[in-house]
Amino acid sequence: MIHRLLNQLHKSGIIGINRRNIDYVSKYNPRHLYPLVDDKLSTKMLAIQAGITVPELYAVVTITRQARDIHTLLKNHSSFVVKPAQGTGGNGVVIIIGRAKNGYRTLGGRIMSKEALENHIIEILSGIYSLGGHPDKALFEYTVQLDPFFRNITYQGMPDIRIIVFLGVPVMSMVRLPTHLSNGKANLHQGAIGVGIDIATGTTTTGVWHNDSITEHPDTGVEIAGMKMPHWKNLLNLSARCYELTKLGYQGIDIVFDKEKGPMLLELNARPGLNIQIANRAGLLPRLKLVEQMYKTLKSPEDRISFVLNYFSANIDE
Amino acid sequence: MNKIHFYIFLFGLSIISCGLFSYKYFVLGFPLIPEEKVNAWNIEVHISFDAQNEPVKVEMFLPKSSRNFIISSEYFVSKAYGLTTSVDNINRNAMWSINEASKRQVLLYRVRVNKVKIRNPPDSSPPPFELKPSDLLEPYRTAAQTLVSDVRAKSADIDTFVMELFKRLNAQPPEENVAILLDKESSVDKKVTLAVQLLALADIPARIVHGIRVKTRTNDAQLEKCLEVYSNGKWIAYHPASGTTSIPNNYLEWWRGPDPFVQLKGGKDLKTTISIGVQEEEAINAAMKRAEARNPRLLDFSLFSLPLHFQSVYHLLLLIPVGALLVVILRNVIGLETFGTFMPVLIALSFRETHLLLGIILFSLLVAIGMGARLYLENFRLLMVSRLASLLIIIIVFIGVFNILFYKLGLEMGLSISIFPIVILTMTIERMTITLEEKGAKAAMNQCMGSLITATIVYFFMFNKFSRHVVFIYPELLLLILVITMLLGRYKGYRLTELFRFKELNKIP
Repeated sequence: MIHRLLNQLHKSGIIGINRRNIDYVSKYNPRHLYPLVDDKLSTKMLAIQAGITVPELYAVVTITRQARDIHTLLKNHSSFVVKPAQGTGGNGVVIIIGRAKNGYRTLGGRIMSKEALENHIIEILSGIYSLGGHPDKALFEYTVQLDPFFRNITYQGMPDIRIIVFLGVPVMSMVRLPTHLSNGKANLHQGAIGVGIDIATGTTTTGVWHNDSITEHPDTGVEIAGMKMPHWKNLLNLSARCYELTKLGYQGIDIVFDKEKGPMLLELNARPGLNIQIANRAGLLPRLKLVEQMYKTLKSPEDRISFVLNYFSANIDE
Repeated sequence: MNKIHFYIFLFGLSIISCGLFSYKYFVLGFPLIPEEKVNAWNIEVHISFDAQNEPVKVEMFLPKSSRNFIISSEYFVSKAYGLTTSVDNINRNAMWSINEASKRQVLLYRVRVNKVKIRNPPDSSPPPFELKPSDLLEPYRTAAQTLVSDVRAKSADIDTFVMELFKRLNAQPPEENVAILLDKESSVDKKVTLAVQLLALADIPARIVHGIRVKTRTNDAQLEKCLEVYSNGKWIAYHPASGTTSIPNNYLEWWRGPDPFVQLKGGKDLKTTISIGVQEEEAINAAMKRAEARNPRLLDFSLFSLPLHFQSVYHLLLLIPVGALLVVILRNVIGLETFGTFMPVLIALSFRETHLLLGIILFSLLVAIGMGARLYLENFRLLMVSRLASLLIIIIVFIGVFNILFYKLGLEMGLSISIFPIVILTMTIERMTITLEEKGAKAAMNQCMGSLITATIVYFFMFNKFSRHVVFIYPELLLLILVITMLLGRYKGYRLTELFRFKELNKIP
């Protein structure tokens, strides 16, 4: 029984954690590059240099004393996001959508006093939200506006698109839709839905919620398959250029859609998870092997995109 | 190239490891399985007394090689004392003397005895003394004579005589004559002394034997008496409680005759204790002697050249690689999720101090409490270091509470929890809360169970006689463990749990 399961997984080219770590992560992602993606500030700086769209950075606070100045620094912005540079899983993120008397209004409708915001900043600096408890930085940036495209298939929160980029070639993608269960977070562990996307065309295929496949959004009941993602060409172009950004060979990139500014790079991940295979109902291995064979001939991002269009359509796969 | 290099390296390591192992196993004969039967013992007699600024003389009996044991080495620790040993027909004797001494004095005698595989023949030396006519007074004399003639009437030879005699001495309640003779004292000592007198009355040579049972480690071995009877040119020993000749074969005869063990002149407040220690690595010692003869250098660099207390550290240290290998298998091949990488090994180490079942119960209880405390502290938004410190303090408070509770309930095991498990618990709770926040309760629960299961498995593999013995005797096997660990480091296959994770994909037609 186990033997049969193993064979079947192997035949569909599913890669497990062990193979991902040995053949891809440790082979193509030198450790010294990790700080580039672990710190959202440095990722953002690199992206800006490369001309990749990112949510605009309003301010950075690195020392406690600056926390008090933040009110004047941000006086021109009615809405902004506060996040720890090294946070994970959306912890420590506060979204401010407007002003109130003596304070700010958060996305949840709560009023946050000026002192409360300053305290929050100090907490971020002390490293409460960074994994090892390292001292951290607080970033203030543009609040991404939900693209109306997603209005019917998301419950609160902001859906994001995860693309696995191998040696500069986008190989597989999915969109993560927050649910009631995930509390508006786009994290599959916490109960968000993952929906596979045909990487060549940008059309959604099937969804996975926890470890089960689904066809409609559990909160809104809207069909999630067969939707064509907006700005897909644009998005492929953006992700193909991420390789030059960090030189990490195997990375997962997270992209959000803004109502006005289109796809924006949110963060990079040096050890992207493997659930994307479940959402796409396909294994990564054949695609990664093909890229490994061909990537020397793919000189520019344009070459890589045309490679993707030629080889990685879900229809061709099956 | 890289791959070839890797496998050549591993092959080299395996060759070294297996080579050393086979040499030690096949040529030098180091044992692979820990010896079940311990047959070498260290016995130590500790004599202390208050000297009173005058000449001191201490006499003590020494053991002789006897039916069940041989003396392999002995030594005396006695500082300024003069020491003479003497041997007569039946006993060996040591005498310490000094011209003047004051304060508390300590004398030490240490002897190493080996159990013999085949019993030595019984002592056949003739009785050294003429049988004295009994010096019993009335009414004991008449009672004794009546008893002896009663016993004689019921016995055919010396053997049956002795058995019948002990039957009567041990009867409950004793018959009238026996009751008079025992004089309300029914200790084994008294019975043996009486038996010698009664046998003398019947013209049978007999003597008291003093000895100890060499059975377990103890710091307070008690002297036990038995009786030897001269019959057909041999001294036959009888067990006073049963009246039979079945002397336990762990009985070490120390001296014979009525004299006390230690006699002191010129001091007071004499205290004598006998402690027994196990000399475990018997077969190893034999193998080491062989190794020394062949290649003296080999042992200079072995763990046995270390002082004993360092050796005990290595007994533990060398087991950690075994645990580490298991964690690699359980995580990378089976796919259990655990807190941290080697936290389960540490948890297993702490189980060793608390014992497994109690360890698991305490661990679960304290983790639950710690989690609750951590979630409560979350409300106050403390900085990480003080949050950890608060958690540590809360855990210590609860450990104290548990210990008092366990103690009141009469479970002393609870007291064995020590400083080491506390630190491990705190770290575990901290990690668990981080997981709880980042990945949710389900993942945290999974990791908690995974850690407990892994720790339990690691515990069983690390802390058993066999592993402990093998890694200490054959530390070169650690290289083999390294090889296996490195090979597993190149394992690209699926983890067992991934079969369930990707089960949805198996439904694809």
